[in-house]
Amino acid sequence: MTEPTSIDRRAESRETPDRRSQSRDLFVEFRNVEKAYGIKNVLCDANLKVFRGEVLVILGGSGSGKSVTLRHMLGLEAPDAGRVLVEDEDITDLPEEELYRVRKKFGMLFQSGALFDSMNVFENIAFPLREHTEMTDEEIEQSVNEKLELVSLPNTGHLMPVDLSGGMRKRVGLARSIVLNPQVILYDEPTTGLDPITSQKINELIIDLQSKLNVTSVVVTHDIQSAFSVGDRIAFLNKGVFEWVGTMDEARDSDHPVLRDFLKASAVTAAQPTRS
Amino acid sequence: MTNFPTTQPAIAVGVPADERTFLERVKEHVQDALFYIGGLTDLAVQTVQQTVRGRMERDIVMAQFDQIGVRSMSIVIITSLFIGMVLALQTAYSLAEFGGALFIGKVVSLSLVRELAPVLMSLMVGGRVGAGITAEIGTMKVTEQIDALRALATNPVRKLVVPRVLATTLMLPLMTILACFVGILGGLIIAVGSLHLSANFYTRSVIETLRYNDIASGVGKTFFFGFGIGLIACYNGLRTSGGADGVGRATTATVVTASITVLIMDFFLTKLFLFLF
Repeated sequence: MTEPTSIDRRAESRETPDRRSQSRDLFVEFRNVEKAYGIKNVLCDANLKVFRGEVLVILGGSGSGKSVTLRHMLGLEAPDAGRVLVEDEDITDLPEEELYRVRKKFGMLFQSGALFDSMNVFENIAFPLREHTEMTDEEIEQSVNEKLELVSLPNTGHLMPVDLSGGMRKRVGLARSIVLNPQVILYDEPTTGLDPITSQKINELIIDLQSKLNVTSVVVTHDIQSAFSVGDRIAFLNKGVFEWVGTMDEARDSDHPVLRDFLKASAVTAAQPTRS
Repeated sequence: MTNFPTTQPAIAVGVPADERTFLERVKEHVQDALFYIGGLTDLAVQTVQQTVRGRMERDIVMAQFDQIGVRSMSIVIITSLFIGMVLALQTAYSLAEFGGALFIGKVVSLSLVRELAPVLMSLMVGGRVGAGITAEIGTMKVTEQIDALRALATNPVRKLVVPRVLATTLMLPLMTILACFVGILGGLIIAVGSLHLSANFYTRSVIETLRYNDIASGVGKTFFFGFGIGLIACYNGLRTSGGADGVGRATTATVVTASITVLIMDFFLTKLFLFLF
C-alpha cells in the first residue's frame, strides 16, 4: 500500500506563505454555471474559484462534467445559464473573435494531445508562434527546442504525430500549450491511458513546469494518485455540482461520502487513521 | 459566447424515436433542415468575411489548389474525353436520317460547354474533393484538433475553410474549361476516326457554334457550384461527431448533399444565365 506522504509530492511547497498570499488573487470564477446537452445536465449551478499561482485539481467520475468545465474556462463552450469570469472579465457573452484575446492567457493540454496530424512535432509547437508572434525562423527554432527540452523530448522535432507514443503525444501537446508562455495551463486528463511510469513522468513534468514557469494550473483528472501528486486544492465535481472544495489535507479528512469513497478506492486514505 | 459552427443538438430531446408521432417526426426533420441551412449560411458569411478581412494563408491555399485542382486533372481528362466520344457517337446515330454526322461539332460543343462539362465535372470533382475535405476536417473535429486550433486562438474558418472554399471555387471553373477542351477533342477523335469527317470541318463547326454567352453561362455556373461544394464539405466536417462512424456518415452526407445541391443550383443558374445573356 502506498503511503500518502509518498503520493503527496507537493506537500512541502503547498503551504508556503508566498503561495498562500498568491492564492487570494482570483483568476477564473464560475458563478452558478449551468450546461445541459439534450436532457443530460452536465453542470448544475456550478460555482468555482481558481486562484492565481495555485494548482487546482478538478476531481470527479467519468462523465461528471470535468472536461466541460475546462472548455467553459476557455470559452470553447458557452453556459446555458450563469457567468464565467477570467481576471474579473465576464467572458460568457463574448463573440469568438474577442475570445481569442482571452484564450491567449491559457494553454491547454487536451486528453488526446490533439496534435495536428499534418504537421511534424516542430511545426506543431511552432504553430502558435507563427500565428501570434513576429518571431524570426531562428527565434522560433530556438523557442521550440527550448520547450522540447523542457518536456524531455529533445531532437524529436522531425517526427510526425503518428510516430509518437501516447505519453510523447501528451508531452508534445504540453510543449505546444506552453510555447506562448500562458498564465494558466489547463490539463485535461493528463495521465489517462498511460502506464504508471509514464503517468508519473507526466506528473513530475506538471510539477516541474509549475515551479519553472510559475503559472496557474487546473488539472482535470479522475486519477487520485495524479491529483495528490500535483495539486494544491481539490474541487470535487459530482453530478454537475462542485460538492466539495478544499486543500489536499482537508480532502483526506473530508466526511463527504462520495469523495471519501473516491479516495478510499484509490487507497489514499487507507494508511490514514480512520475518523470514526 | 460563440458563433462557431458546432454539432447541432438533437431536436425533440428526451422523446424516444419510436414514440414520436408522424407530425413530430416531420417537425424534427424540418427543424433539422432549418438548422442545417442556418448553419451553412452562417459559415458562408464567416467565410466571405474571413476571405476579405483575414490574413491570406498563401501556402495553405496553394496546397489546396494542388490537392483540389491538379490532382483532379486525371479524373477530369478521362471522364470528359469519353463523354465527348460518346456524345459524338450518339449524335451520329440518333440524327443519322438527318445527316447527323454534320451536326456532331455543334452538338458536342454546345452540350459540353453549356451543360455537361459544368455539371458532370462538379459531380465528379465534388464527390472526390468534397468527400476528402469532409473526411479531413471531420477527423480533425473528432480528435479535438479543431478545439485545439480554437484554444490556440486561431480561427478555424480562416485556417481551414477559406483555403478549401477558395480552391474549390477557383479550380472547378478551370477544371470545367479543361473538360470542355478534352471533350471536344474526344468528339474530334470519333468524327475523324469513325465517321470519316475532316478535322477542319469539325473544328470550324465547333468554333462557329460556340458564342461568348455559351462559355460564360457554362463556366460561370461552376463558380457557384465550387463555392457550394466547398462550403457543404467544410460545414459537414466541422459538425462531425461520433468518432470514425461519424466521419463516415458526414462524408456520405457531403457527397449526397453536394450532388443534389449542384443539380438544384444548375436549374436556377441556367434560368438566370438565360435571362442575363
